[in-house]
Amino acid sequence: MSTLVLDSASRWFGNVVAVNDVSLTIGPGVTGLLGPNGAGKTTLMAMMSGFLAPSAGHVTLDGQPVWRNTATYRRIGLVPERELSFGYLTGRQFVRANADLHRLPDAAAATERILEVVDMVEPAGRRLDTYSKGMRQRVKIAAALVHDPAVLLLDEPFNGVDPRQRMHLMDLLRQLGDQGRTVLFSSHILEEVERLARHIEVVVSGRHAASGDFGAIRRLMTDRPVQYAIRSSDDRALAAALMAQESVRAVSLRTDSLDVQVGDLGSFAASLPGLARQHDVTLFELSPSDESLESVFAYLVAR
Amino acid sequence: MNAGMMNATIAKLALQALLGRRRFYLLLAFPVLLIGLVVLITALTDGDAAYGVLPNLGFPLVLPLVAILAASSVLGPEVDDGSIVYLLSKPVNRYGVAISKWVVALAATLVAGALPILVAALITGDSTRAVALFVAAAVAGTAYSALFLAISAVTRHAVIASLMFVLIWEGLLGNLFSGIAWLSIGQWGLRIGHAISDELPDPASLPYAVVASLVVTVVGVWFAGDRLRSFSLRGEA
Repeated sequence: MSTLVLDSASRWFGNVVAVNDVSLTIGPGVTGLLGPNGAGKTTLMAMMSGFLAPSAGHVTLDGQPVWRNTATYRRIGLVPERELSFGYLTGRQFVRANADLHRLPDAAAATERILEVVDMVEPAGRRLDTYSKGMRQRVKIAAALVHDPAVLLLDEPFNGVDPRQRMHLMDLLRQLGDQGRTVLFSSHILEEVERLARHIEVVVSGRHAASGDFGAIRRLMTDRPVQYAIRSSDDRALAAALMAQESVRAVSLRTDSLDVQVGDLGSFAASLPGLARQHDVTLFELSPSDESLESVFAYLVAR
Repeated sequence: MNAGMMNATIAKLALQALLGRRRFYLLLAFPVLLIGLVVLITALTDGDAAYGVLPNLGFPLVLPLVAILAASSVLGPEVDDGSIVYLLSKPVNRYGVAISKWVVALAATLVAGALPILVAALITGDSTRAVALFVAAAVAGTAYSALFLAISAVTRHAVIASLMFVLIWEGLLGNLFSGIAWLSIGQWGLRIGHAISDELPDPASLPYAVVASLVVTVVGVWFAGDRLRSFSLRGEA
């Protein structure tokens, strides 16, 4: 059981602040690090894996600093986002090299065992440059797990992996978390995190925006005020009817559409069709105007 | 820093990186062309004309180019694309990583740079002169590979920076100003070779050449290791 701690960690590059005063504790189980692209996830991952010195604050694993401390890699398995450029090696040679670098007593057996875990025994004899994205990802995970680490860090592990292999990888990570390992993966896709992690940490623009159980954060996200654009046969009549609804916070008329700000998404969605029929209005179009992930994150930060 | 820090796995991977890429054929082409040229000139001309190829082309150009190719192949691509994290995220001393990679670069420089110079020099006769030139090439190759490894650890433009050192500093300016011999790896090697055969030039003092070659080698490898200790991955931000 290992715990990774960031204590007021910041990192800047010149005058660009990539990570701003982040404190968090990653314990056993699967944790998702969620944030839009460019939020600082990779910078955070780099600091947690000892590949970037924090400009301020501390990053420790079980009390030991990670930066310039190669001994911590006995307990860390790292799956970087970077592509493997060892195309001239076979999958087996690559995993075996990782086992040898850890000086495992029986590197050959450890290699075969972990290739089996990621279901890559059959293609392990082929060169890495013949692999699909999903296969490379699994070989990277095998290489990171070969020394049986207590902590597994994965940077965007599902990028470019097809859905079937994604399921397989998720099952694998879930098992590793259930075994009491500390598994942290980063992602910019809400659904991925939701399906895998019980605990999530949200980062936006280098700041730690939210932390906790996924359900609570999901509720925060879905309960936020949402903006909709509606086109109908009679916008003005619909606007009047909508304004009487408790779930609606604001309505504004535009030349050919209606902007509606909704507080309670559920009851708005349930009542809108009935309301339209009641006032004899035909709905042509209903579209969320700020459903992007970025606006969800922006809401979390502003909160 | 000592030989005990050599890591066999890193060295093996570095060798595979060297042999597994297309650059390897370029590395192979240099000695083949050099020896071919010497054989051709020996066959076509009388006297010692063929030997001239070695101090004018083989030693000042082929040797450092081979060292650049070797040093940048064992480290450059992995640093450039960041995939060296796969090697560095291990409980392995990073000076050991640098030493292991340097040993492979050195071996390649000796095999594809110094050895062909010996073979070519032997073809032109005078074995003492040939041995002297080989010793010079081996010494210079040792320091070159360490220097170019250090350059590969700091900049993505390692090949260009190394080429500029060889072509502009040692080549162009070295020919114009004799004082540059005191700061030229190639000249130090020649001075050490001069101790074996008078046919090699005598550009600096022998103890200085020995010490300077040693210092560049040790500091170069140490510096590469130190850069690897601080190797950073930049985020997308």
